[in-house]
Amino acid sequence: MARRVGAEGSFAVADAVRLADVDVVAAYPITPQTHVVERLSEMVAEGELNANYMYVESEHSAISACLGAAAVGARTFTSTAGQGLELMHEVLYLVSSMRLPVVMAVSDRALSGPLNVWGDHSDVMAVRDVGWIQYFVENAQEAHDLTLCAFRIAEDPHVLFPVMVHMDGFHVSHVVEPYFVFERDELGDFLPAPQYPYPLDPNRPVTMGAFGPPAVYAECRKAQDVAINRAYGKIVEVWEEFGRRFGRTYRPLETYKTEDAETVLVAIGSFNQMAAVAVDRVREKGRKVGLVRLRLWRPFPLQALREAVQNAREVIVFERAMTYGGSAGPLCTEVKSALYGLNTMPRVLNFIGGLGGRDMSVRHYEAMFDRAREIVDKGIELQYETIGVRG
Amino acid sequence: MAKKDFELTWQEIPVGNIVLEPGNAAEYRTGDWRSQRPVVDRSKCVKCGICFSFCPEPCIVKDEEGYYEAELYYCKGCGICAYECPKGAITMVQEEH
Repeated sequence: MARRVGAEGSFAVADAVRLADVDVVAAYPITPQTHVVERLSEMVAEGELNANYMYVESEHSAISACLGAAAVGARTFTSTAGQGLELMHEVLYLVSSMRLPVVMAVSDRALSGPLNVWGDHSDVMAVRDVGWIQYFVENAQEAHDLTLCAFRIAEDPHVLFPVMVHMDGFHVSHVVEPYFVFERDELGDFLPAPQYPYPLDPNRPVTMGAFGPPAVYAECRKAQDVAINRAYGKIVEVWEEFGRRFGRTYRPLETYKTEDAETVLVAIGSFNQMAAVAVDRVREKGRKVGLVRLRLWRPFPLQALREAVQNAREVIVFERAMTYGGSAGPLCTEVKSALYGLNTMPRVLNFIGGLGGRDMSVRHYEAMFDRAREIVDKGIELQYETIGVRG
Repeated sequence: MAKKDFELTWQEIPVGNIVLEPGNAAEYRTGDWRSQRPVVDRSKCVKCGICFSFCPEPCIVKDEEGYYEAELYYCKGCGICAYECPKGAITMVQEEH
């Protein structure tokens, strides 16, 4: 049976990768992801995991090596954070357009400058459009479960997309928490051996990564966009099957006390656990507030979000990233786009905070609900507001 | 023969944009990149084959009489053959559109 252990979110990811029995790990250590690959390197050295661990010289090489390994049909994993994810950037598009089921855990980190190794979602938003399936975990248990699910989703013949599992740098990656780690036999046939349909094979030659001139590029892009949207159903299906088998069900978004809520907070990442406490406290004061914890980021759960907030008067979007010079933060822009055109469109308010590892406490969320009320009552015109910033 | 790239609909694009037919680059018409085409003056040609050796495509082939001619399906009109010809037997002529 599953063992309950106390360990970091990073170890929960490494344990899942071990259970997935990956063939290749190619990674370069970077804070706050280092413990993931350090632990995997140890597992390979100790014989707990029979994989080829490639010690590469950069993240660009790490993801390139993963691309090659996945192209021959190997089950492949990598992990990075912040600047490392940026160094991978150009190759990320190739992995998704070639439909290679690489799984990557990202310990989300601020981007420089100023140089900062702590958590926020700058790196996530910078890779929004690379064509990977992307979702968030909020704690070590979710990191363990959803890293396992990532392999199953990525390799599904109806999906065949790389998957990025996002966990907040330090707040998930380094916090020691109790979680249940699976025993291999307990998984049964949940994760069958990878069967990439067109692996590089001298006996069945194919060309991968060929160029796409103007005559065909647009058709390739359209096909990719349709395919990732179609993957949505399979992602939900895999998470539901996981729930039936193992008792923990995950959804594209989780709602908390939204049924009668007049004000709904929409946010992503581990801070949502504090936001939920704030929802309880604000409700004690008699205000009807709720929380939408967005888990799936790409493909975006458009319909589910609309359903969750359609009866709200205001939607507050809290996020840990900026779009410099933009109309709102990247998450808010997405939420507004999703809600635009609804018959009764809620007012959308945007708060940005928790940047570069700045803590958010429950009282910050309570203050956000108060400030939202003030903005609406006084009719203040506002695109977005930074919170917890001195001055 | 498979469809040409400009005939494919998005539904017909293979997963991952892979090319399933080996060697089909031979079907790719590079000749429509050309603005000039090489014309050989056979009275000057000594059949040395230097144009054949230098053609980067390589699209120059030897005919039954031993003369060299560019295959215009592939010839991009780069003019290297004309530049390298020691006898000045090849002239680049503007294509008419």
